[in-house]
Amino acid sequence: MKDEISVRITGEAGQGVISAGMMLCRMYKESGRHVFAIQDYMSRIRGGNNFFQVRAAGRPVAAPRRQADIIVALDKEAVEANRGALAPGGILLLDAGKFGITQLEAGWVHVPLYALAQEAGGELYANSVALGLLAALTCGAFEGAAKAAAREFAAKGADAAAKNEVAARKGYDYAAGKIKRGDFLLPSAPHERPYLLAGNEALALGVISAGCKFYSAYPMSPSTGVMNTVADYAAKYGIIVEQAEDEIAAVNMAVGAAFAGARAMTGTSGGGFALMCEGLSLAAITETPLVIAIVMRPGPATGFPTRTAQEDLEFALHAGHGEFARAVYTPGSPEECFLAAKRAFNTAERFQVPALILSDQYLAESFTNVAFPDTTGEPPDRGRIISSEAAPETRRYEYSDDGVSPRAIPGRSGALAVADSDEHGPEGHITELAEVRIKMTEKRLRLKLAGLARETLPPTVVNPGAKTMLCGFGSTLGVMREACAAAAGTGFIHYPQVWPFPADATLAALKGAGRVLTVENNATGQLARLIRRETGAQAAGSILKYDGRPFTADELSAALEGGK
Amino acid sequence: MEPKDFNSSDPVAWCPGCGNFGIQSALKTALARLGKPPRELLLVSGIGQAAKMPHYIKANFFNGLHGRALPAAAAAKIANRELTVIVTTGDGDCYGEGGNHFLHNIRRNVDMTVIVHDNQVYGLTKGQASPTTERGIKTKIQPGGVILAPFPPLETALALGCGFVARGYAAEREHLAELILAGIAHKGFSLIDVFQPCVSFNKLNTYDWFSTRVYKVGPEHDVADKSAALALAAQRERLPLGVLYSKPGPAYGELSGLDALPPLVNADLANVDIAPALADFR
Ligand SMILES: Cc1ncc(C[n+]2csc(CCOP(=O)(O)OP(=O)(O)O)c2C)c(N)n1
Ligand code: SF4
Ligand SMILES: [Mg+2]
Repeated sequence: MKDEISVRITGEAGQGVISAGMMLCRMYKESGRHVFAIQDYMSRIRGGNNFFQVRAAGRPVAAPRRQADIIVALDKEAVEANRGALAPGGILLLDAGKFGITQLEAGWVHVPLYALAQEAGGELYANSVALGLLAALTCGAFEGAAKAAAREFAAKGADAAAKNEVAARKGYDYAAGKIKRGDFLLPSAPHERPYLLAGNEALALGVISAGCKFYSAYPMSPSTGVMNTVADYAAKYGIIVEQAEDEIAAVNMAVGAAFAGARAMTGTSGGGFALMCEGLSLAAITETPLVIAIVMRPGPATGFPTRTAQEDLEFALHAGHGEFARAVYTPGSPEECFLAAKRAFNTAERFQVPALILSDQYLAESFTNVAFPDTTGEPPDRGRIISSEAAPETRRYEYSDDGVSPRAIPGRSGALAVADSDEHGPEGHITELAEVRIKMTEKRLRLKLAGLARETLPPTVVNPGAKTMLCGFGSTLGVMREACAAAAGTGFIHYPQVWPFPADATLAALKGAGRVLTVENNATGQLARLIRRETGAQAAGSILKYDGRPFTADELSAALEGGK
Repeated sequence: MEPKDFNSSDPVAWCPGCGNFGIQSALKTALARLGKPPRELLLVSGIGQAAKMPHYIKANFFNGLHGRALPAAAAAKIANRELTVIVTTGDGDCYGEGGNHFLHNIRRNVDMTVIVHDNQVYGLTKGQASPTTERGIKTKIQPGGVILAPFPPLETALALGCGFVARGYAAEREHLAELILAGIAHKGFSLIDVFQPCVSFNKLNTYDWFSTRVYKVGPEHDVADKSAALALAAQRERLPLGVLYSKPGPAYGELSGLDALPPLVNADLANVDIAPALADFR
């Protein structure tokens, strides 16, 4: 028996790779294994090569493996494109007859995938046949696969569910009878992590839970998933989801709705965020709470629409003209995505600032089973609001010690709600006075920043002062955790919030450390620069990856080995 | 209520004689007749001379970015459908920088009244061509004269299915006040394009120029007849004033389900139970 296994299902777009992948995740989760799954897909609707790779284990897993122990290819191209990803001792299952492959290489195993699918009702059931094969080889029981198929096709009707289950059963029986290999079987044990979530879904649930009532956005991969999930629950939770005509409209709508007193946000990726920059600045000067989720993908420009990167850290830190305070959250897991959303709304409203949530395609679209112990944490806090009884002359932008003045809600507060993108005095009207300008800048920038800094989410620190200290933000949390567990003398700092930067906590964690390395999905080491700028500590180097793909656990371990 | 109930303490920064004063006075008259207190009104604008209007009227206001009044206004209305939302914007703000929002907010059809101070020039930035500047007008940027064809706002709005399309004139205050009231009464996106002489930068379209060309559309015009409205909107020699088109239709609030919800701003955030949604991910 193995203590973990990675299986990959691959084919062209339209062959049901994702649905097979989701069924695999559920099969493992339901049968007492932990999962971590990544999607690798091309920016096209048909053709090409996509894969879904699921790592299953008897313990929680939080990063992908570089190679797969079992690969199921749904078409001939998939064999070519994925053969290099086969782990030593692994097997590649393919339909030699269907694909016209006469020469099976070492580790390749013929399975009449399409004939079995035909028996179940048609070739489109090939993905469910694959599920059954993997159930036999890795679980040694059919039950999890049956549950997964029933769940996956429930919405498509009883017939679809039944046919898929038949297909899975055919795959299962075939593998149990014809492929005699026991070495892929995984142990199982009941666990308390019952939810299967991708980062985008967790983020959206956080948004809903925070009481967001208005979500305006323009579709852009990989951020669209957040909008989809919010839209799924919009009717149930009384949320208006509006597809804006462009990202400029999206952000200005979010600001308008927030000004009027609803919790509101927008979401996008780098290109769309570029269009939102003026709106970000508008939120800052009008002191309107604004939440933006930025789900990063590689740039410049259109870049790699369906792939991953952490290239926009510095962009998020500096976006928007003028100088103003903001908060930047960088969650590293579905749980952190959920909490970041709730925290971002509270921060945005309490400090009346933009709060950005920086995620990426890898985090957004990789699935893992989580526990979600605390859905009540971070209850909504709307900050200071001018009451309905307040005197009409109450000034909206009154100076205060912490830079925050009570917010007026139009039609609700006793004073009128006013907002101006021009510089304005405490009463909200346009001014050109130098002394007012200075005081307003202090209010929006330094005073608020000081308050925000006192509340920065603390970094997660493992083995402070270790011989090798890794530093990362966002989606590298899982891979750093795994690499550290595998390499003695290694520790890490993970930042769930990078701005205001937790300088003291960083210096404390790095005290006595040997070498410091940042781990980043970009080409320039943006986090290393940020750490140096904010603490003076210079990382010895950075482990960088900028091919549009996430780090794998093996890759990071190898990089650490190599650097010794 | 009286027009003076909407007086603002903010000193006005427009040039003496500017057409904006006429619009301001008409707007105050209309608001007085509407009878809602300032706290139930929200004025939204972008940037420009026209966009300063919210400072000069006592009401809630959101003076946002150049070109971006419409998305902010639409969303504010969505967030609190109890507010009466009025946008005061310029020809550059609304038809140029914000042109895409103009197109799509007509389609979106949120209930708001959009008053475009159409002075056919960029006033605030000192006299550049705007989308509605006539061909041949010379500016510092176009010393040889503007070569682009002017943007036709009324015809565009009609083509897009806008349910309320009107034209006013800053010098016809009483007439304009009634147009504004009719726009507010219409449920959906109401467009009122207002001829607004800019005494400092528009030397062609002056009060005199307009006085020989404008006329009021009479009662014989059927405001529900779109072809007739299009014919009026297409006139370039004589310039019709009045409601060209008005026809009730389903607005955003009804189509989106918003009207069936309590105003979003009233939502009780303390009791959002995420458990039922989370259960779907088990
Ligand atoms: C993004 C942006 N671009 C340019 C400007 C400069 N600007 C301010 S107002 C304006 C033109 C305003 O024209 P219009 O809307 O017709 O208003 P008017 O002053 O004529 O009433 C321009 C170009 C700006 N404020 N913001
Ligand atoms: S520049 Fe023109 S539009 Fe602006 S205030 Fe002066 S007259 Fe009015
Ligand atoms: Mg103008």
